[in-house]
Amino acid sequence: MKTKPVSKKGIEIISLVTAIIIWQLIADFVIGNTFILPSFTDVVYSFITIVERGVLFTDIGISLLHFGIGIISALIVGIPIGIAMGWFQTVDRITDPLIEIVRPIPPLAWIPFAIVWFGLTHQSAGFVVFVGAVFPIIINTVAGFKSVSRVYVEAGKVLGCMKSTSLIRHVALPYSLPSIASGIRIAMGVGWMCLVAAEMFGVSKNGLGYKIWWHYYLHQMDFVLVYMLILGFLGLLIDRIFRWYVDGKLLKWRKGVVV
Amino acid sequence: MGRLVIENVGQSFEKDKGEATDALRDVNFEVKDGEFVCIIGPSGCGKTTLLRIVAGLDRADSGRILLDGETITSPDPRRGMVFQEYSLFPWRTVMDNVTFGLDMSGMDRKESRKIAEEYLRLVGLEQFRDSYPYELSGGMRQRIAIVRALANDPAVLLMDEPFGSLDAQTRNKLQQELLQIWESKKITILFVTHSVDEAVYLSDRIAVMTSRPGRIKEMIDVDLPRPRDRTSTSANKLRNNLLNMLAEENK
Repeated sequence: MKTKPVSKKGIEIISLVTAIIIWQLIADFVIGNTFILPSFTDVVYSFITIVERGVLFTDIGISLLHFGIGIISALIVGIPIGIAMGWFQTVDRITDPLIEIVRPIPPLAWIPFAIVWFGLTHQSAGFVVFVGAVFPIIINTVAGFKSVSRVYVEAGKVLGCMKSTSLIRHVALPYSLPSIASGIRIAMGVGWMCLVAAEMFGVSKNGLGYKIWWHYYLHQMDFVLVYMLILGFLGLLIDRIFRWYVDGKLLKWRKGVVV
Repeated sequence: MGRLVIENVGQSFEKDKGEATDALRDVNFEVKDGEFVCIIGPSGCGKTTLLRIVAGLDRADSGRILLDGETITSPDPRRGMVFQEYSLFPWRTVMDNVTFGLDMSGMDRKESRKIAEEYLRLVGLEQFRDSYPYELSGGMRQRIAIVRALANDPAVLLMDEPFGSLDAQTRNKLQQELLQIWESKKITILFVTHSVDEAVYLSDRIAVMTSRPGRIKEMIDVDLPRPRDRTSTSANKLRNNLLNMLAEENK
């Protein structure tokens, strides 16, 4: 995508500023109650407070830790399972029914077992993120592997790449990378959403999700809103960084493909 | 060396109700070392199936295929293949596509790049070494596909209508280039085509197949002097002859 000239970005900025002004006016003059709807300036002050106290950075760090545990274990578990299912039909037939039964269970329903199995630990929150993230990764890896064109596999074979393992490594995996990457993107979105709930049951005294509940109990709705917005922005940022890396570096060869 | 013997090869496909239709029946012929043989026949006669069996990608139900006296059972780098579809790996650069076979054989990266560079020069595409396939035209892709197969130094090159999806001019140009490569590398080529013109321009001999079940109808020697004139009277005569044979089969 080309960067737009500044004059053309005008509309977006006007839209954003107008929304903030309307929000501020409604909060101050229509509602007039910070508990029901904190105003824009309330939120800015609360934001400055948590930055000054340094508590924001601990919260972000802890949340990224939970998120990281969940996503990384989902990758370690999900990609090999997806590869095996996508490449070997028998494995697919054995595993598919099990996965189809477990998959519709909402990740949050796993919270009791997360606590029983891992206690009130970071791993426990990571596990809930993991449950949310692992299935999109498996499913997209399988889809990618199943769509590998026959001609590439055969070209690989006649060029001397005969064993399943080397065909997977040198042909099927690079071919499926776009599909796997979009699976990871979806997984990160779902995992991020699970984060708030995962931190809700008190695995740690810090974390963006935990703070939402903590400030809610203290009736500090301006802080609740700050943490909500930070969760949103951070999620957006993670997604952008991932896309920039994947599209720019990993999938350079796909520039000609129109998605 | 690259002497190919095809002995009594037969192949049938199972249909839905357990009935089998014969795709190939009793196919017998031989390709001498360094010879250029085209297989031509009506569509659906099993020419591609035959080539795939020679490549080792499909198994024949009966008969066998020998390369220099050894029976072929699975694909191996001694038989290079160029496909009709674009088969370059889109995720690899031109250079990495050409080195693919050499990398698989465990050759040192420096060495394989040197060989690939040589082959790219052979088809005049060395300045595209770092491009990805999507940046190349169809003709360029097929040129790279040919040198990718050649980089493995195969005894036989199998080609399945490799120029089928190219425009007429590019096609003529690539035929010419292929002949130059063939003459310089002294390689055996087995080439499937549905184009009579192509077969007459390229081959030492032409194997004409019958319609399904495919058999060899006739082996025709093409003793036109090289470099060939596409429109000479003798070429026209041969072309006419072939077209009549195919018309008989299409009845």
